[in-house]
Order: sequence, then C-alpha cells, then structure tokens
Amino acid sequence: MNAAGFPLLSLLTFLPLAGALIIMLVRGDEAVVASNARWTALWTSLIVFVLSLILWISFDKSTAAFQFEEKLDWLPDFGVGYHLGVDGISVLFVLLATALTPICILASWVSVTSRVREYMIAFLVLETMMVGMFVALDMMLFYIFFEGVLIPMFLIIGIWGGPRRVYAAYKFFLYTFLGSVLMLLAIIALWYATGTTDIPALMQFQVPVAWQPIIFLAFFASFAVKVPMWPVHTWLPDAHVEAPTAGSVILAGVLLKMGGYGFIRFSLPLLPQASADFAPFIFALSVIAVVYTSLVALAQQDMKKLIAYSSVAHMGIVTIGTFTFNQQGLEGALYQMLSHGVVAGALFLCVGVLYDREHTREIARYGGVAKILPAYALVFMLFTMASIALPGTAGFPGEFLVIVGAWAVSPWVALGAAMGMILGAAYMLYLYKRVAFGKITHEHLRGLADLSAREIVIFAPLVVLTLWMGIYPSSFTSFFSASVAALLQQHEAAMNVARLAGIN
Amino acid sequence: MEWKLALPEITLAVSALIILVAGVLPKRDTSFGVTMAVLGALLLAGGLVLAQGEGSAFGGQYVADSFSTFMKLLCLAGAALGLILALDWNAKQGIARFEFPLLVLLATIGMMVMISANDLMSLYMGLELLSLPLYVLAAMDRDNGRSAEAGLKYFILGSLASGLLLYGSSLVYGFAGTTNFDRLADAFSAQQGISAGVVVGIVFIIAALAFKISAVPFHMWTPDVYEGAPTPVTAFFASAPKVAAVALLTRVLAGPFGDTVSQWQQVIVLAALGSMVLGALAAIGQRNIKRLMAYSSIGHIGFALMGLAVGGESGLRGVLVYMAIYLFMNLGTFAVLVAMRRNGRALEGIDDLAGLGRTDPAMALAMAVFMFSMAGVPPMAGFFGKLYVLLPAVEQGFWVLAVVGVLSSVVSAFYYLRVIKVMYFDAPAEAFDVRPASVSVVLAGTGLFTGFLFLFPAPLLAAARAAVVAILGAG
Repeated sequence: MNAAGFPLLSLLTFLPLAGALIIMLVRGDEAVVASNARWTALWTSLIVFVLSLILWISFDKSTAAFQFEEKLDWLPDFGVGYHLGVDGISVLFVLLATALTPICILASWVSVTSRVREYMIAFLVLETMMVGMFVALDMMLFYIFFEGVLIPMFLIIGIWGGPRRVYAAYKFFLYTFLGSVLMLLAIIALWYATGTTDIPALMQFQVPVAWQPIIFLAFFASFAVKVPMWPVHTWLPDAHVEAPTAGSVILAGVLLKMGGYGFIRFSLPLLPQASADFAPFIFALSVIAVVYTSLVALAQQDMKKLIAYSSVAHMGIVTIGTFTFNQQGLEGALYQMLSHGVVAGALFLCVGVLYDREHTREIARYGGVAKILPAYALVFMLFTMASIALPGTAGFPGEFLVIVGAWAVSPWVALGAAMGMILGAAYMLYLYKRVAFGKITHEHLRGLADLSAREIVIFAPLVVLTLWMGIYPSSFTSFFSASVAALLQQHEAAMNVARLAGIN
Repeated sequence: MEWKLALPEITLAVSALIILVAGVLPKRDTSFGVTMAVLGALLLAGGLVLAQGEGSAFGGQYVADSFSTFMKLLCLAGAALGLILALDWNAKQGIARFEFPLLVLLATIGMMVMISANDLMSLYMGLELLSLPLYVLAAMDRDNGRSAEAGLKYFILGSLASGLLLYGSSLVYGFAGTTNFDRLADAFSAQQGISAGVVVGIVFIIAALAFKISAVPFHMWTPDVYEGAPTPVTAFFASAPKVAAVALLTRVLAGPFGDTVSQWQQVIVLAALGSMVLGALAAIGQRNIKRLMAYSSIGHIGFALMGLAVGGESGLRGVLVYMAIYLFMNLGTFAVLVAMRRNGRALEGIDDLAGLGRTDPAMALAMAVFMFSMAGVPPMAGFFGKLYVLLPAVEQGFWVLAVVGVLSSVVSAFYYLRVIKVMYFDAPAEAFDVRPASVSVVLAGTGLFTGFLFLFPAPLLAAARAAVVAILGAG
C-alpha cells in the first residue's frame, strides 16, 4: 500500500470530517455543547497532527517520486481517479496545515463564544479541505478541495467576523470563485487533450506550445488571486481585517500558500514554455506588489491590515522565487511560504492577544505595551524580527535564497526582492515601536494581564519553529531539494526540446 | 403485443379514472387518501417503467427505450416529491382538494407521453395533456388574485406556444410529407439541401418548446407564474415538466432533426447564452424567493441547453445528468420554501429566512447545500452537473458558451450566497412553525443526494450514457 502500511493520507484528510460529525451529534444545553465541541475539535486536530508526524519521520527525502500513494477508481470512464500522494513539494504544507489547525482551535478557545459548535465544525471541514488539496494527485480532486475551502472560510468570515464581515466574505468568495472557474476550464481543456486528470500522468504529457499561454493565463487567474498578486490582492486586507483571529491565521498561514503551491505544482511542470515566457510579467507584478504593498503597509492604522499588506509583499517574494527556474529561487520560494505560514500566523495571533483584551486593533490605541506585558512583547518582537527576515529567524533563509536565485536571472529583480526586506524592516519596526515602546499613553492599559497559560501553549510551538527554521534550515530544505531538482531538470529538458524544435 | 410497451401510461390513465370516481363519491374530504392513492399509482408506474421492454408501438407513434426510461423515472420522482410537498401545505392553506393530486397525475401522464413521443402528433398530444392540468394547478388557490392571474397568464401564453408548435408541425409535415420521427430523420439525411419551409417549421417547434422550458427569449411568463402559483405547485412546475420538456427537445433535435443540426444549432446556442446571462443578472435584484428561483431556473436551463447545443454523445449525456441533478436540488430548495410559514402564514421573502441557521440548523444546512450546489461549488452535485456540460463544450470548441457559462455561474453565486448570508449572518427572526414530517422526508432525501452524489457518481453517469446511446442510435 504505502510506506505507512495503511491509508495515511486518506486518514489525515477525512479524520477531521469524522470529528465534525461527532460534534454535530452532540446534544445538550449550549454550555455543554460548546465545551464538548471545543474539546472534540482540539483532540481531533491533535490526533491528525500526530498522525501527520509519520510523514515527517518516514518521508524518503532522497527521491522526487510521490510517496504514500493511494489510488482508487472514481470515474473510470473519464480517467478521473481518487489518487493521493505527497512529494517533497507538498509534504511540508500538509504538516503546516495540520500544525496550525490545533493552534487555531486553541486560539479561539475563549474569544469565540457564539455558535461554538458550528465554528468548530467549520474549522474541521476547513482542515479536511486544506489537507486534501495538498495531497490530491488528481486534478479534479485538487479542484474540488481547492474550491471546497471557500465554503467553510466564507462562513467563518461571515458569521464570526467583524463589522464589515458580510462585505469581506462576499469579496473573498466571489474573487476566488471567479479565478477558479477559469482554472476549471483550463483543467477541462487539459483533460480533453490527455484523457486523464491524473497529475503524475499529466506531467509526462507535452502540452502543445500554442495552447500553453492561454492555459497558463487561466491557471494564473486562479492562483494569482489566491496568492494574492498585485493588482488582484484587494480582497485580502478586507478578509483579514474582518475575519476572526483564527480565520486570519489559517488564511495567511495556509490558504495563501495554495496559490504558490498551484504555480509550482501545475504551471511550472505542465506549461514550461508559457511559464518561461510569462516570467518577466510575473516579476513585474511581483516587484510592484513588494514595493507598493510595503508602502501601503507603512501607512496603515490597523494592525491586522498592516500585517495583511505585509503578507502580500511576502508572497510577492514567493512568486519571484517561483519563476526564477533555479534551485535557489524555487527552494527559497517554498521556504518563504513555510516560514510566512508560521510567522504571519503568529503575528495575527499576537494581534489577537491584544484584541481579546482591548477589543481594538487600532495602533494609536496602544503604546508602551512592553512595560505592561513583557512576555508578550518578547514574543511579538521575535515574530516581528522573523517577518523582517533577521538572520537566525525563519524569515531569513527563504528571502535570502530568493534574492540569490533572482540575481541569477536579473539583478534588477533581485533589487526588487531586496526592497521588500528593507521596506519590511521599516513598517514592522514602525509598528512595533508604536505598539510596544514609548510612554504609556492610555492609562487603562495598565490593568492588562500578560500571556495566560493557554496563550503560552499557543505561542511556544511557533516560537520554537521560528527559531528552528532560522538556525537549522536544512532540516526543512532537505525535504524538497530532490523534488525541486527533478522539477528543474524536467523544465530544462522541455525547454531544450522547444529550442531544438525552433532550430529545425 | 406492442401496446404493452405503453403499460405505464395506460396504468396511470386507468388509475386516474378510478381514483377520480373514488374521490368524488364520498361526502367527506378525501384529499389525503387520494394523494396516497396517486403516490401509489406513481410508484407502480415507476416499477412498470423499469420493467418495460424496448421498441415502438401504435404505428411508430410511441417509442420506449432507455432514454424514455431514464426521463420517465425522473418525472415520476419529481411528481411524487411535489405531491408530498403539497400534502401539508395545501391543508394549512385551505386548498386541500382531491383534484390536486389527480391533476398532477394527469400531467404526469402527459409528460410520459411526451417523453415517449415518436411522432409530431403524439408529441402535441402529450404536451397538451401536460399543459392543461398545469394551467388549472397554477390557479388552484382560486380565491387568491395572484394565483388566478398566474393561471390565466400561463394559459394564454401557453396556448400561444401550443399554436406555434402546431403551426411548426404543419409546416414540417407540409414540406417533408410525414410527422413520424424516424421517417423525418430518413428524409433529412437523404436530402441534400433543407427547404426553407422545414427550417421555419423547426424554428417554430423550437420556440414552442423553449416556451415550455422557459428559455430566453420565451421566459417572460416564468417569474409571474412562479410567484403567483401556490408554492408546491411552483415546485412541481420547476421540476418534472421542465425535465420532460427538455427530454422532448432533446429527442426532437437529436432524432428527426439530427441531420439539420447546422440549421438549429445557433438558435440553441443563443437561447443558452441568453438564458444563462439573464438568469444570472435578473435574479440579483429579487426580494421574493420564488421569483429568485424562477430566474435561477432560467439560468439552469441555459446550462442544460449548452449541452444540447454542443450535441453528440457527451453533450447530450451532460444534458441528462444536469436535469437529473437539477430536479433533485430544485425540489429540495422548494421543500424549504414550503416550510417557510410563521404563525400559520406562508412567507416568500428572502429576508424571512433570517437567522435560520440558529432557529432550524438542519433545514439551514440543507438549504446551504442546495444553494452552494446551484452556484456550482464542489463537492456538491450541482458542480458535477455543470462539469458534464462544460466538458463537451470545451471538447467541441464552444469556448464562448463555456466562458459565458462559468462567468454567469460566478454572477449567480452572488445571489445564492445572499440566501446563505441571510440564513447564517443575519440576526435571527422568529422561528418558523414546526416543519411538517413530509417536508423533512423530501429535504433529507434531496439533501443527501445533492451533498453526497460525488461519492457514487458512476451509476447516474452510466444510466445517462445508455439513455443517450438509445436516441442517437435511433436517430
């Protein structure tokens, strides 16, 4: 069957759904239901996380092949199957999703008080969709999970969000839905051309060069919205500001990665020529995103909005790295996605800590927090530094590798990516200064309590991960080196074929 | 004996007469008993349809094949579920007359004749047998002005459509010399050029059938009739007769007129485009959920017509799969509409659903499943319906249809999401009256079908494929 000896990936994907079913069946008065829902959700997500550690331990890092594969017939007439598997590119994203979910559930422990049962069900369904998306090795299956994410996220933003939640939920849903349906047409076109939607089988197929640009643009429509790239990023600040804290964490931590993952999984290997042709276009958009959104972030009054714009800038660096087509750039992009998942998630949790106490995210309402909440200020500072990409924190290896990779393509692109680091330092330090340092201008802040035991439990794994990823990056890069090398080799081969065809 | 092929229709007709007599004679109210008897008759007919042989009867007027089996079962299911929905509603509304189930039964016979029609004459007969009970059903709530208006409007426009159909048929007969589908197909395949008279005739026939399925530009009656008719009647209108009319259109266009495809294809393409766009845009401003569903049904018919325009085995299979999925998710949605009743008064505003997520979580969940399904969000059934018509459209290079289709489904997602928003995001209004058991049964059945079709899609696809092979082979 596979290395684990049992259908591990199916279990990881559908166990959360089983937890959701149990929560659905709980009966009793509201307090009992809420407490049962919380504990069931936490235990389910913890079990899923522990199971996902099997991937970490027994994943074979030396090969680029898909591992832990499972295959069942689903629509045999159509060449669509239920095919799951992970390779070096996807395995760490699965772990990211399974690790962030229990943290999110814990982070919502006291801040979500209404309709707790529905909230926990939505998060577990969301986990199923996220994990399923990363392990799907069939394009139809991928699409179903990719779109399925919209349903729980729409509800999470719309039900438990802030004052403009309805607007934000609609914008989130319609933006991503519009991009995705165009991708659906591209998937159908590929399906028609090859007679299968099996991803490993599609990788062996040379998409006609004439088709590639249009299919690339259709995929681009979906992934660029998801990443999000400038100028289709405008849904993100709204969604982040209105979503509850845990919703923002998952949104920044995992959902944005679906776009970057899509580029690496589909656009690069399936459409090599178009990817190469469109690379300058992607670089231009990415550099604009990095510089423009960093400047916008500098002007924000709302902490969450600031971090949301910084996410757009960081994801711009990811797209630069993805389209450099060299080992450093691609590894940097993957690393940046993982570290951003941890760091941006943690930063949203930091904002959540203050919001839970003061019920405002306005920067001007804080000041001198470091004197009142020293432990919190320390944690916040670590993640601020990681976001700036200080060496020794999670943010550094990714950005550095991307800049090295981009330099090989064009020094100007590398300069654009480097601008992200400089401006990032400006807006993050400015944020930290205004919130944590200075005089205590609002006297009522003196009464605030420092991190509770629950919050320490939430932040501890994130702190460890941030330092670990900064100090010993090769324990993570070793997972995807082989896969990235194989991807690049295949890309090079495809480009050579095209060149030869051009000569003849 | 070849008449045995029509045994389901004959059984239904005989039981209609018996039930009519049995319903009239007693002095007390017999509506519940009659409904049960009609449900039994529908079930029996379903069994007979399954056991039916294949072949043609009555001098080639009537044909039974796997296409007719597939479509008849859908229509019978739609009629039965519609009747179940009406049980409680009619009683509470004070219009529980025993004629109601009988009219549904007669309309069902009409649908079955339509589906099995293999001649323009039997086609017309089936269509009229379907339409006349529908006119009466629309005006069932006779003391209500809106209901009477809906019935009258439907009657006048429906008669016009019937006239168009007859005129078109007579033109085709005049120029081709026959009304039998098989002989028409032979005539057109042998002929090199198609005479203008036949083309005009075909266009008239398509226009009349487009009226029945409310495709743009023959959709004007739909919102008014849907809004005015009693809710369970609307549920019935939007489901079984639509399926039957689409089946008829499919058989006519793929069978006798299959070789004149270049003449009618652009008509269907335009109707599909228009229906999808109008269904998406016009529904945005609606406040009445029945009107919303009317525009939504126009949009869905646009998608089904996309498959018909593309044609071929995979295109027609898309139509059948789409209609099957549409039937069940539509009836499920109407089950929720039927249950919208507060302090004994029936409600129709979208805002009346406010806070349903808290007051009745199970029904809200089912409604959310139907809405996401109609919007075409995977993994709901509606997504697969759209997938199986988009697939052939892309294959055959109908890019405009495919792109307009997916874009209009994004636009329509806006108003389906509004229903979900009202149910889950808005502050709860007063709870609805206790949901009747009959509604719960329909909700559970259609909800499970819509939500979990993705697990076992193969049987439905195989049945649709067999059905398509039957008519394409015959044509």
